[in-house]
Parts: sequence; structure tokens; C-alpha cells
Amino acid sequence: MTVWIAVVATGLGCYALKLAGLVAPQRVLEDERVRRFTALVPVALLTALVAVQTLAHGRALELNGPRLAGLAAAVVALLLRAPFLVVLVVAAAVAAGLRVLGL
Amino acid sequence: MDSDIRSAVRDGLGVGVAVGLSGLAFGAAAVAAGLGVAQACVLSLVAFSGASQFALIGVVAGGGNLIAGAAGAVLLGGRNALYGLRLAPTLGVRGWRRLLTAHVVIDESTAVATAQPGPRSARAGFWATAISIYTTWNLATLLGAVGAARLGDPKTYGLDVVGPAAFLALLWPRLTSGGTERVVALLAMAIAVATTPLLPPGVPVMLAAVAALAGLLRRRTPPSGQSDRQRELSHS
Repeated sequence: MTVWIAVVATGLGCYALKLAGLVAPQRVLEDERVRRFTALVPVALLTALVAVQTLAHGRALELNGPRLAGLAAAVVALLLRAPFLVVLVVAAAVAAGLRVLGL
Repeated sequence: MDSDIRSAVRDGLGVGVAVGLSGLAFGAAAVAAGLGVAQACVLSLVAFSGASQFALIGVVAGGGNLIAGAAGAVLLGGRNALYGLRLAPTLGVRGWRRLLTAHVVIDESTAVATAQPGPRSARAGFWATAISIYTTWNLATLLGAVGAARLGDPKTYGLDVVGPAAFLALLWPRLTSGGTERVVALLAMAIAVATTPLLPPGVPVMLAAVAALAGLLRRRTPPSGQSDRQRELSHS
């Protein structure tokens, strides 16, 4: 039962935050500095997410070889101007392949 | 213009389906953590925010305090509020439609929308991502939860790299074109990684928003400030 409460509370809380951003008065965006800030926020948060998803396991930092290799392969694919889906497939395939080989 | 929209939709569907498939991992992990199949599915339907969902089941699995677990999971969703603020003028939704739109303001839909060259393609990308990822993520959660035992570890299929690779690919044009963006990105990664061992999961990524302040400082140099502004205008 308590798990249900936690599930519902998390769901409602997550939704409330999403809604808050969308209905916040756009007047706050009139300031040039606030506009610049919110324009750069996705760059900051998403790159931070990439770093954490790649390097962290809970609160511990870990170097997972196949995962790092997969992401490195994605970077190479991006440098070679590969299409988006190819980048994803290459990243997953390299990580999965190295794991099959037991690395 | 039409080709921009087509490519936005293609990007959106690609991200939606690829990242949505990692719902398999979530469903399987949720059941392994001790949630029922229905609980896993309701969490995906209602919370619909991968990182928050993984955070909550992590606490359930570890036998931690569920109130703190739910609070942490919600905090982790705090970045969606910032995304909503950024996307609101572009999406231009009014009235009750915002209630529906809000639910799909997440990392992936924001990443695709903000990667597009114009507002029309941004909207197309947003909705293509939103619809495909909501559908795929929830079906995959159900499949993962039901078939947890058979599927094995989703890492075997490299699904743990798909998320980071997708975000990197979507950010790539901004990272390779803008000096300010690169500074912000490097700073954000440094902040997040350095504070990971010190703070509860979810907080380091939120804290990394501070890195966006670096972009404000850099605007003081007039020439780059001017080009930044032009680029932003053409983007928004």
C-alpha cells in the first residue's frame, strides 16, 4: 500500500512541476538575461545528464568500459556526420558487442 | 520549410522509439525492485519521467524511506519545469491544452524541439517525440515488467547507452557551433560529476543548471554577444 502512495505521489509531483513551467507567466522571459539563461538550460541539464548516466551508478562514480566505448563510438559517428538513428544503433551495438565478448 | 518539418518528425520518431524501448529496462527493474506490474505501469503512465521513475524504484529496491524516495524522484523532475518555461513560447499552447501538453514536457521532447531550426519544425519535433515516446515507453514498461525474468539484463543489448547517445546527438549541432554552448556543457558535466558522490541522486543534474549562468557572463563581449543573439532569434 505504501508503495502505491509513493507511486501516486511521485506521479502527481512530477506532473505538477511540468505544468508549473508551462503556465508560469511569460513575463519572466522578457528580461534578456533570463531568456539567455533558459535557452542555455537544456544544454546544461542534458550534458550533465549524459555525464551522470555515463559515469555514475547511484552516488558512486564508475568507469564501465562497454558503456564508455559505446558513447565514444557515438562521438565518432557524430564526427563522421552519421544520421541520428545510426548514431544510436552504433552506440548500443558497440556496448552490447563488447559485453558479449566479456569485456 | 517542409523538409525541416519532415526531418524534425523523423528525429522525433527516432528518439521516441529508441529511448522509449528503454522502458523495457524500467519495467524489468521495477519488478526486480519489488513493485507489482500494475505499479510499474501506473508510474510510467502518470510520472512519465524516466530518471524520476528509476530514482523511486531504486529507493524501493534499497528498502529506503519512501517519502524521501518520492521527494527525491519529484526533485529530479524539477528540470522539466525549466524546460516548460523555455518551450512555452515556442509551443504556443493555451488554456486546457496546457494540461495535456505539460505531461510530455521531458528531456527527449525538449531536446528534439530545441534542436530544430524554426518554430514550426520545433513544434513538429516536439509532438512527434512526445507521442512516440509516450506510447513506446508505456508499452515497453508493460512488456518489461511482465517479461522481466525472460528478458535478462537490458544492458546486454546496450540499451543503457541509448539515452546518453541520443542526448549527445541532439545537442551536437549546438555544441559544435557555439563557443558559449561548449563552455556551458563542459561546466555542467564537471559540476554534475564532481557533486555526484556528495549529493542525493538527481540533485547534481539540477545543480548543473548553474552552468547556464556562464552563458550570461560571456555575453559581455559584444561581437560574440551579437552573433549569439542572432542565432537565438533564428532558433526560437
